[in-house]
Amino acid sequence: MPRLLTLTLNGRARSDAVADNLLLLDYLREKLGLTGTKTGCDGGECGACTVLIDDRPVLSCLTLAASCEGRRIDTVEALSADGKLNAVQRGFHEKLGAQCGYCTPGLVMASEGLLRRDPDPDEAAIREALASNICRCTGYVKIIEAVRHAARLRAEAAAP
Amino acid sequence: MEALPEFALARPRTIAELAAARAAHPDAGLLGGGTDLMVNIRRGIVAPKVLIETKGVAALRTIAAAESGFEIGASATLVEIAEHAELRRHFPGVAEAAQSIAGPTQRIMGTLGGNLCLDTRCIYYNQSQWWRAANDHCLKTTGTMCHVAPKSRGVCFATYSGDLAPALMALGAKVELLGPAGQRRLDLAALYIGESRHDGKGKGDGKNFLGLLPGEIVLRVRVEDRGGWRSGYDKMRIRRSIEYPVAGVAVALKREGDALAGLGIAVTGTNPRPVLLEGTEALLGRAPDAAGFAKLDDLVRDQIMAMKTTFTQGFYRRRVAGVLARRLVERLWNI
Ligand SMILES: Cc1cc2nc3c(=O)[nH]c(=O)nc-3n(C[C@H](O)[C@H](O)[C@H](O)COP(=O)(O)OP(=O)(O)OC[C@H]3O[C@@H](n4cnc5c(N)ncnc54)[C@H](O)[C@@H]3O)c2cc1C
Ligand code: SF4
Ligand code: FES
Ligand code: FES
Repeated sequence: MPRLLTLTLNGRARSDAVADNLLLLDYLREKLGLTGTKTGCDGGECGACTVLIDDRPVLSCLTLAASCEGRRIDTVEALSADGKLNAVQRGFHEKLGAQCGYCTPGLVMASEGLLRRDPDPDEAAIREALASNICRCTGYVKIIEAVRHAARLRAEAAAP
Repeated sequence: MEALPEFALARPRTIAELAAARAAHPDAGLLGGGTDLMVNIRRGIVAPKVLIETKGVAALRTIAAAESGFEIGASATLVEIAEHAELRRHFPGVAEAAQSIAGPTQRIMGTLGGNLCLDTRCIYYNQSQWWRAANDHCLKTTGTMCHVAPKSRGVCFATYSGDLAPALMALGAKVELLGPAGQRRLDLAALYIGESRHDGKGKGDGKNFLGLLPGEIVLRVRVEDRGGWRSGYDKMRIRRSIEYPVAGVAVALKREGDALAGLGIAVTGTNPRPVLLEGTEALLGRAPDAAGFAKLDDLVRDQIMAMKTTFTQGFYRRRVAGVLARRLVERLWNI
């Protein structure tokens, strides 16, 4: 049964007719063509599909689009502005936090969620915040460096 | 695009609307965070025609000090439970259990109600449709036999793996239910009926493991602060994240001078129900010494029955449960 879904996606209000059984993941990828968010597994085990809802990381593969009425959703597509990578994206790029890149959008969004909540996390907090995301390539060490680098870049950008 | 089976979603805002939706659709699936139910729908294990979302019911999202204890609503999330400073101070075991579940993103999504009613698990059950079809569906879904215990005569041994239930049970928590006949309250331990007895004398099993009456839902849980009790939770898993327990143990104890004055121990990840160990009063009246721990080993051996429903062998999970229980009693005794 379709319903009208109204939400704020990547900073812009929009309304779409969605079926009750449409996953947020499929709404983003198939209906809107926002394929930055990845499908990695069949059930909540990998984190590749992570997006932010009201600034908190959520698995879009287990969330219904219809449950997101009135919420604010950010996907990896929201991060760059005017063709420039944001701090987290630059962190991953400059510290080699991505190899094949499949897990990267999910890890970037989980990291973005962490830094919005805690701008200066220590290593333990970074490890804890990324513990729902699996990466088969990097061995995670570079990812942790990437998030620390991102925190510094954000702090520099905020400094007068 | 993955085609999920057709279903309609109801989004009640109040307990009255929730009750009305449930009454109108007694077979509906209750949707908390969906971290268990949506996985099972995606794998074709269940296909409810209606889902009723519980997270929008504001009155069930609260964690509140009430009289001499705490009341936690069914829609409170795991991260809210883990990070609630007052709750953690009074009942560290509950916060530790919440903090140990899955990974941080699942804890932002998952709810108390979903965790308490978490479906039982088995390597022959938590699989995709094609995997299960290729290996013959077992009796927890549409088949006729149990692959774990082929001679089980209709009994399922799928394992209960929720972490909050043992932590709350060890503290003597009560659960409040709402159904067509109104509200009732019972010991949380009594919610779990998965005894899985071959002789047919027990009540439920791994397939029929919750003592909810038709149309009943979990509203909230209540833990009393009985004064002077310490609590803790410990769990072993193959990885430290995104993983169900090999075994999990909750202990609540009361120390008076050099003697144990109260002891509750509950175990998850082993049986088709979380097991509140019977007979722990045998350890009371003295310090937990070698004789006491030998007694504890006996209780675990007699009551913890882990079958080969996970990739770790049953006997190993039982030993892990025993070791965790002993360590946790020692830790809490010496706080
Ligand atoms: C990768 C992964 C790892 C996990 N590891 C763990 C773990 O280590 N330990 C653990 O305990 N869990 C684990 N889980 C399961 C899950 O994340 C948690 O148990 C969570 O608390 C479930 O809550 P939920 O709200 O998401 O449940 P849902 O999926 O929404 O619901 C689960 C079940 O409970 C029923 N239900 C929900 N609310 C109510 C209610 N109010 N009354 C009656 N029935 C209700 C639903 O109908 C459904 O059958 C894991 C999940 C994933 C994906
Ligand atoms: S214990 Fe047996 S019946 Fe139950 S889910 Fe496993 S294989 Fe199926
Ligand atoms: S796709 Fe793997 S967790 Fe969502
Ligand atoms: S970079 Fe390949 S999975 Fe993470």
